[in-house]
Amino acid sequence: MNLVSYDDAMASYDPVMGLEVHVELGTKTKMFCGCSTTLGAEPNSQTCPTCLGLPGSLPVVNAIGVESAIKIGLALNCEIAQWCRFARKNYFYPDMPKNFQTSQYDEPIAFNGYLDVQLEDGEIFRVQIERAHMEEDTGKSSHIGGATGRIHGASHSLLDYNRAGIPLIEIVTKPIEGAGVRAPEVAKAYVAELRELIKALGVSEARMDKGQMRCDVNLSLRPHGREKFGTRSETKNVNSLRSVERAARFEIMRHATVLDDGGTIVQETRHFHEEDGSTTAGRIKDNAEDYRYFPEPDLVPIAPARAWVEELRAALPELPRLRRARLQGEWGLSDQDMQSVLNAGAVQPILETIAAGAPADQARKWWMGELARRANESGTDLSEQPITPGQVARVCALVAEGKLNDKLARQVIEGVLAGQGEPDEVVAARGLAVVSDDSALGAAVDQAIADNPAIADKIRDGKVAAVGALVGAVMKTTRGQADAARVKDLLLQKLGAA
Amino acid sequence: MTDLIKYTAADTAAAIASGQVSAVEVAQAHLDRIDAVDKKVNAFLHVDTEGALAAARAVDDRRAKGEELGPLAGVPLALKDVFTTKGVPTTCGSKILEGWIPPYDATLTSRLKDAGVVILGKTNMDEFAMGSSTENSAYGPTGNPWDLSRIPGGSGGGSAAALAAYEAPLAIGTDTGGSIRQPGAVTGTVGVKPTYGSVSRYGLVAFSSSLDQGGPCARTVLDAALLHEAIAGHDPLDSTSIDAPVPAVVAAAKLRDVRGMRIGVVKEFAGEGYQAGVMQRFNESVELLRELGAEVVEVSCPSFTLALPAYYLIAPSEASSNLARFDAMRYGLRVGDDGTRSAEDVTALTREAGFGPEVKRRIILGTYALSSGYYDAYYGSAQKVRTLISRDFDAAFAGVDVLISPTTPTTAFPIGERADDPMAMYLADLCTIPSNLAGNAAMSLPCGLAPEDNLPVGLQIIAPAMADDRLYRVGGAVEAALNDKWGHPLLEEAPAL
Amino acid sequence: MPGITREEVAHLARLSRLELQAEELDHFAEQLDVIIGAVARVSEVAGLDVPPTSHPLPLTNVMRADEVRPSLTPEQALSGAPAAEEQRFRVPQILGED
Ligand SMILES: [Mg+2]
Ligand SMILES: [Zn+2]
Repeated sequence: MNLVSYDDAMASYDPVMGLEVHVELGTKTKMFCGCSTTLGAEPNSQTCPTCLGLPGSLPVVNAIGVESAIKIGLALNCEIAQWCRFARKNYFYPDMPKNFQTSQYDEPIAFNGYLDVQLEDGEIFRVQIERAHMEEDTGKSSHIGGATGRIHGASHSLLDYNRAGIPLIEIVTKPIEGAGVRAPEVAKAYVAELRELIKALGVSEARMDKGQMRCDVNLSLRPHGREKFGTRSETKNVNSLRSVERAARFEIMRHATVLDDGGTIVQETRHFHEEDGSTTAGRIKDNAEDYRYFPEPDLVPIAPARAWVEELRAALPELPRLRRARLQGEWGLSDQDMQSVLNAGAVQPILETIAAGAPADQARKWWMGELARRANESGTDLSEQPITPGQVARVCALVAEGKLNDKLARQVIEGVLAGQGEPDEVVAARGLAVVSDDSALGAAVDQAIADNPAIADKIRDGKVAAVGALVGAVMKTTRGQADAARVKDLLLQKLGAA
Repeated sequence: MTDLIKYTAADTAAAIASGQVSAVEVAQAHLDRIDAVDKKVNAFLHVDTEGALAAARAVDDRRAKGEELGPLAGVPLALKDVFTTKGVPTTCGSKILEGWIPPYDATLTSRLKDAGVVILGKTNMDEFAMGSSTENSAYGPTGNPWDLSRIPGGSGGGSAAALAAYEAPLAIGTDTGGSIRQPGAVTGTVGVKPTYGSVSRYGLVAFSSSLDQGGPCARTVLDAALLHEAIAGHDPLDSTSIDAPVPAVVAAAKLRDVRGMRIGVVKEFAGEGYQAGVMQRFNESVELLRELGAEVVEVSCPSFTLALPAYYLIAPSEASSNLARFDAMRYGLRVGDDGTRSAEDVTALTREAGFGPEVKRRIILGTYALSSGYYDAYYGSAQKVRTLISRDFDAAFAGVDVLISPTTPTTAFPIGERADDPMAMYLADLCTIPSNLAGNAAMSLPCGLAPEDNLPVGLQIIAPAMADDRLYRVGGAVEAALNDKWGHPLLEEAPAL
Repeated sequence: MPGITREEVAHLARLSRLELQAEELDHFAEQLDVIIGAVARVSEVAGLDVPPTSHPLPLTNVMRADEVRPSLTPEQALSGAPAAEEQRFRVPQILGED
């Protein structure tokens, strides 16, 4: 199918989005049983009667699951329910041990909130939050015998229930209207902001690549000027920030193409494909879909004490957007520089380096320069580099004390990364101390003047700027270990230009 | 020591504790009895000979070492096959769980083991506890020891029949709409539905989670109380478990004094459908209580007339969800997996083959009641009825200590009589259901034989939530007075098997 | 209250994953019609301003500490499985999507 262009789509239609994000909490145990949630355990080794749905088993609510839900709700400016219940969502699926999901229905723990997200041009867009509720994850199926490990063409499937019962918080937006052409950007910015928020709250690592945070993108178009929403599609499990943006964009173009053709949009789930950024149809939602929700009789209502809620509210960390603004001010960065710090994931390392005693500009310089380059090259996270903020701070201190210059400092960092020990140890082992002793430098300075008589004359004539070339020569003969500032002083002194 | 099987649990425990008899001898006597009569009665689905003897030996060893034994140590018990037992099959009377061996014990099972109770085996029941006759078992009906051609009640007919047939002095049942009390009534035994939340449901295979409650079955009120104390109490694995001390039911059972108590007769439990002989024995019980010094008044609970309809919406609704887990994927029966069929089809074929008609009927009824278009009219209304019934109980208990009624409108009916008439079958639970909906405590104990058929009649006593001790106080007094009058326990009038 | 048709019973059977036989459909439709006729009386109270009771006892906030408890061994977990492979439950091909 040839899609109409994005611009053409936007010329005729106004997109309305709904985003549903599932966050796997980082609790030690599952939502309703004491099984461990550690990733990577051998199959079915973290299961019990409850999370396997064995006959007779019963759920008991994880208090930290509830606490995390309240924290998320508060951070999203939601009201916290005085009283709420769990409900059973009934449908059959082999990865769901009880064939109902213990979730919340018309009584979510948190509702009516909003999240302000900052767009690339600095504008703040407010996304209204419908609700945040607690539920449980399903098991994991592997499809065997099909060509691609996909469900189609598989001869059978194998089920591992280690993930079954891991706490999830589902966060649902109200319809996002008014984003216009920036709808895909808003979608991405919202998920990115939500992810930062979840991480700041410490309730989950929210790694999308590990499935700890998953996004469903609901999208519909309506002709400009019409109030009534169009029929929506539900693109499931979009699992990276970039994909969220692409999925929204693709669906806008696809819907526009269908509508332009005089066709109708079918309400269906769709699957997103990373390879080409397209979506394809999944299950059509017919009327047979009836989850027959009813209050979970095996669990009693949750009525969070107001004192507890207020205690959690008071302990909320600074929200990411405000924190970013504060740090940008403190570090004196332009919007663009701050953006690159954020993109590099350097906020935390820089903060810790500052905390270890380094000046902000120095801390940023090393993390965003040498270390970011290396992280980029090796495709790893900045935080995974084998150097600690304390070590970076020590290098900064050595530079400030004049014991290292930048070139030597780079070599020290290299040594630390190579596992050669602490910065001071690398300095000692490699003999990297800066030479600033006048007698040691004297010969090199004299030599440079003798080797470059023309430049020396220029300087004597008052063209002081030319001294750089002589400094360079000295640095070369001292193999970079000279204190450049001292060399410059000595040269100017000897040439009578000081 | 000839008639070990006729001993009460209290006397058995005392005899073992004093060394008059060993726990192994007691266990063996009951295993022999099961061997002799259970082909006729079909009370047991599984007899755990090895496990029972091992448990008995452990009690004897502890006694030999001079260890203190609990009040039920060495006493044999018949466990309804709806509680999980680690390493011992658990079927819930269903084909779909045939051969399933749970990897874990129910909390109740662990408590029995900890108390030194000797679990003889698992008893027959209506499939997934859905029924009032034990005819819905996939493993054949259980006979009523009073007349093997009649039903022993249900769903816990196996447990009640095991008591009446002297196959065990104690048994465990579960009561969702009367499944402990109604079998107790029709077999001339004692059955108690404790306050909802007082006996852990962890390991009780759920039929209707908000109604199910495990409880004691015995031949005497005191034995029921001893078992009640052994199994009740807070369990952190059950979120609906009450975290409060268990009422002193054993002391209450021994009190045998109802002077000064106020007792209410529920007006609505009489009239059409109530057998004359049942009402006659019930009315005699009312007189007896007066003679014993209680004040008896009539009370009205108008919403009780809606209890049965509400129950037949709530219980099937919860059941339709609870039984969804039987899908042929993780345990139990799997039918039709020939390599061509999908998981969906295999699930549907397995459930079709593995569930009996009553279970299917209730699953469909429950699915219907929870459907979006019907939820408010059916499930939602049924939950409102529940509130009204609780209010009726509250109003009644404001003026009286306990309520009484016949346990069932009729005595045991013949096997097959109501098998394909669900509505007629459902009437058996008319008087027992309100207490399940409200969550309060209730007991059935024998109050005589109906003159027209010489079959046992049950007297139901109902107490407020967490006042289970009142059941035992009234029950103990009535039992003592009747045994005095008859000169022996009612069960001795049952024909020999 | 409306009764229940054979088609409705068939739909409910599909929702509840029961592959009912034709005779069963007829029989159940008949019986369920009677049962629903009898239980529909509860809707008399639908209009009453009465809170519904979902739990018989007024308990709230029953929660457990986030502390790991022993799991079953994989052998125990799989002990009842109709089929297993690579320490996982083996099930027939799954048709649905999500
Ligand atoms: Mg969800
Ligand atoms: Zn578990």
